[in-house]
Amino acid sequence: MNLTLFVWRQKDAEDKGRMERYEAKEINSHMSFLEMLDVVNEDLTEKGQDPIAFDHDCREGICGTCSLMINGTAHGPEPGTTVCQLHMRHFKDGDAIYIEPWRARAFPVIKDLVVDRTALDRIMYSGGFVSVNTGVTVDANAIPIPKSESDKAMDASSCIGCGACVASCKNASAMLFVAAKVSQFAHLPQGKVERTSRVRSMVAQMSAEGFGGCTNFFECEAVCPKEISVDTIAKLNREYMMARIKVK
Amino acid sequence: MKLDAKTPSGPLAEKWDKHKFEMKLVNPANKRKFTIIVVGSGLAGGAGAASLAELGYNVLCFCYQDSPRRAHSISAQGGINASKNYQNDGDSDYRLFYDTIKGGDFRSREANVYRLAQVSSNIIDQCAAQGVPFAREYGGLLANRSFGGAQVSRTFYARGQTGQQLLLGAYSALSRQIGRGQVKMFPRTEMIDVVVIDGRACGIVVRDMVTGKINSYAADAVVLATGGYANVFYLSTNAKGCNVTAAYRAYKRGALFADPCFTQIHPTCIPVSGEYQSKLTLMSESLRNDGRIWVPAKADDSRRAADIPEGERDYYLERKYPSFGNLSPRDISSRSAMEVCDEGRGIGATGRGVYLDFADAIGRLGEDVIRERYGNLFHMYEKITGENPYLQPMHIYPAAHYTMGGLWVDYNLESTIPGLFVVGEANFSDHGANRLGASALMQGLADGYFILPYTIGDFLGRSGPSGIGTEHGEFGNVESETKERTERLLTIGGKQTVDSFHRELGKIMWEYCGMTRNEAGLKKALEMIPVLRDRFWQDVLVPGVGEELNQSLERAGRVADFLEFGELMCHDALNRTESCGAHFREEYQTEEGEAVRNDKKFTNVSAWKFEGADTSPSLHVENLEFENVHLATRSYK
Ligand SMILES: Cc1cc2nc3c(=O)[nH]c(=O)nc-3n(C[C@H](O)[C@H](O)[C@H](O)COP(=O)(O)OP(=O)(O)OC[C@H]3O[C@@H](n4cnc5c(N)ncnc54)[C@H](O)[C@@H]3O)c2cc1C
Ligand code: SF4
Ligand code: FES
Repeated sequence: MNLTLFVWRQKDAEDKGRMERYEAKEINSHMSFLEMLDVVNEDLTEKGQDPIAFDHDCREGICGTCSLMINGTAHGPEPGTTVCQLHMRHFKDGDAIYIEPWRARAFPVIKDLVVDRTALDRIMYSGGFVSVNTGVTVDANAIPIPKSESDKAMDASSCIGCGACVASCKNASAMLFVAAKVSQFAHLPQGKVERTSRVRSMVAQMSAEGFGGCTNFFECEAVCPKEISVDTIAKLNREYMMARIKVK
Repeated sequence: MKLDAKTPSGPLAEKWDKHKFEMKLVNPANKRKFTIIVVGSGLAGGAGAASLAELGYNVLCFCYQDSPRRAHSISAQGGINASKNYQNDGDSDYRLFYDTIKGGDFRSREANVYRLAQVSSNIIDQCAAQGVPFAREYGGLLANRSFGGAQVSRTFYARGQTGQQLLLGAYSALSRQIGRGQVKMFPRTEMIDVVVIDGRACGIVVRDMVTGKINSYAADAVVLATGGYANVFYLSTNAKGCNVTAAYRAYKRGALFADPCFTQIHPTCIPVSGEYQSKLTLMSESLRNDGRIWVPAKADDSRRAADIPEGERDYYLERKYPSFGNLSPRDISSRSAMEVCDEGRGIGATGRGVYLDFADAIGRLGEDVIRERYGNLFHMYEKITGENPYLQPMHIYPAAHYTMGGLWVDYNLESTIPGLFVVGEANFSDHGANRLGASALMQGLADGYFILPYTIGDFLGRSGPSGIGTEHGEFGNVESETKERTERLLTIGGKQTVDSFHRELGKIMWEYCGMTRNEAGLKKALEMIPVLRDRFWQDVLVPGVGEELNQSLERAGRVADFLEFGELMCHDALNRTESCGAHFREEYQTEEGEAVRNDKKFTNVSAWKFEGADTSPSLHVENLEFENVHLATRSYK
């Protein structure tokens, strides 16, 4: 199939950036979206033009690196799918496709479609962990955990940290991401000791990074490739409220 | 060069404890005077960096992704082994050790493998304490399954996302240290070279992948945790960024490279569909528990699967290996698939595929049971191929997956360059010629959490600070070399893209140094690779400039190293005139096509030393001694 692409090009963080038009010719419907871009890039390179920069690594839907806004939707039209797992059979011959980077104040553009998501890491560095040193642990079965709780922790911790939730939120809120992590630990006995300090520091860091607050648009849940539920946000809010009461 | 493995004396089960006691300690107050560089933030690097920082060392940690949480370890699906014997089915450290030695076809070091088995239980405790949500039974205790042909259930898992959860565990330990300032993290920073001064590793030279700046960092010890090199084949199950650069650069600076030709080919991947293909996706091996593998009995049979009657199908694994059948080990299943495709009986548009058929299982158990067992895998398959595997058999084909070779290390995980340690998939140590399922995650975490913190302490205790900073002239020299190389890549201005060279190399490697090898093919590859390399340096087209985010330049540097490294792999495969595990030389097989080892000559590790750009590498051999397990032939008939 043949497609027309409108792609955001931006030389670096200072550049203003603009949409450019490209033709993607003879695209095989078995290709993934990123393979389609590879083909376009090979073509651009051979023509002596600068290939389009975009982030990716595993191409299996698990590392969370790929990040494209496709026709206004983070990760594109297929629900529960990262862009690297989106295939061209979901498009039609002759389609025009708009490709843009994640947009959020806390995610500055580095080049073209590549953005800086280290703000999410800094939230994690502020408290997204259980404080335990290597080698001082008890036998793993000494702390039984009900399967239902452990399953809920697993649901939450399947977040791949891609930032699609931020990119699609009107407030550019990182709430779903933070909620996923807080929720994982809130369901496990290991995480309970630090629950107050954890939720306070992570929420504080989230604001400090310039992410907006959550006003219940639920766009995040709709685009999350791992289908993290907004129930985790409710859990986060409860944890946060308890933490505030404790401090007062 | 004599390769001294520094294996401690005494009985197998006591070596590690004895060694730990004998190692030198660094006084807690002195630890903060030492700086350690860790390159890589996967399971091995992340676990290592966090544990070293907890002890009080200053750690600088580097990775090429935008976040340490995205290292390739994240994509491991199946599980991690540990000899907990929670299932009361007879597992023990010794049994895990024994299975691993045998699985590796007697080409790994006994003492290392035993230690791996010993610390495996601690790994599970450590991860559970970090909040890794392992699968659990209704009683609240950890669940296990069996994997990769083991007869005990020793594999721990977290849905189909075990690697992800273990890595997030290590990343959270690392996050804690980054938050405290004990680890300084450098994401989007690629190590380009290692700096060796007076025979000791003193630091690294890196490229900041955002600004393009070349910088140096000095340290008292350097750890490489940079993963495997399966992307030398271009198509593999590895993430796109996986590369050999760090290990290969260390090799060029004097570290020996061990058993580079040992690469594991995984039998159940989704086949290649066309030239544009950028990577291959693994379908979990667990599918082989219920799926039957077959091809048409006649060559060039273009009928649809459903139209081929039972009598005209060849269930070749069941035919050749009646006792293991579809569950034959990875190397055997992979080779058999290649054979039937070579006979013209392969299926699909490219003829490079075989059927993995669930029709019988669905008939026997019902679709619901199959959905329950493999639903997510079937879903993933359908997403990628657009075909419904409940209605028609899956297409699968082997793909390059894991590399058992790597930099040579001794029992302390130290390379032949003092102060340069190598952990995880980047070293050669524990898997021999064949890696069993669920053992790589175990090795990465064992190295990072439980071995490195001791052995690095011993090194620093003995050697003291290096006393060398980046103002030393050698840093400048290596930086200049790096800049020249980058400049050279950017100014060739040829016609062919980096990826097209990588694809060409991949085809040569897959054809002549892939699932099977023979003398003529390897010799041919050894002629083709230098020609391709020369063409690369004359005709590659790398757009853009050095001082910016330039993904073509990143790939060009990696492919340049693969183009040299591929040759080393072929040398190694040519030299090893025997078949063992995943290394199958066609000349050395039984009449039925089974691998024939030559234990007299090759119960050893082949370690290669770089002797200069225009000289062949020299071979150094570490003889392996089997005092506890008797050398025996693997048989799966
Ligand atoms: C699809 C798949 C499934 C798998 N499933 C299993 C399984 O179920 N069980 C199992 O035991 N094993 C499995 N494996 C194997 C296992 O995942 C890997 O062997 C293991 O994770 C490697 O870990 P590592 O820490 O050594 O390296 P990696 O996780 O690859 O980490 C390498 C690190 O080094 C960094 N790096 C590399 N080069 C440079 C450089 N030049 N400069 C700076 N940084 C650099 C990277 O950024 C990264 O942080 C699987 C592998 C694949 C591909
Ligand atoms: S919550 Fe979902 S969308 Fe947000 S970072 Fe995690 S996986 Fe991505
Ligand atoms: S590239 Fe890893 S999730 Fe898409």
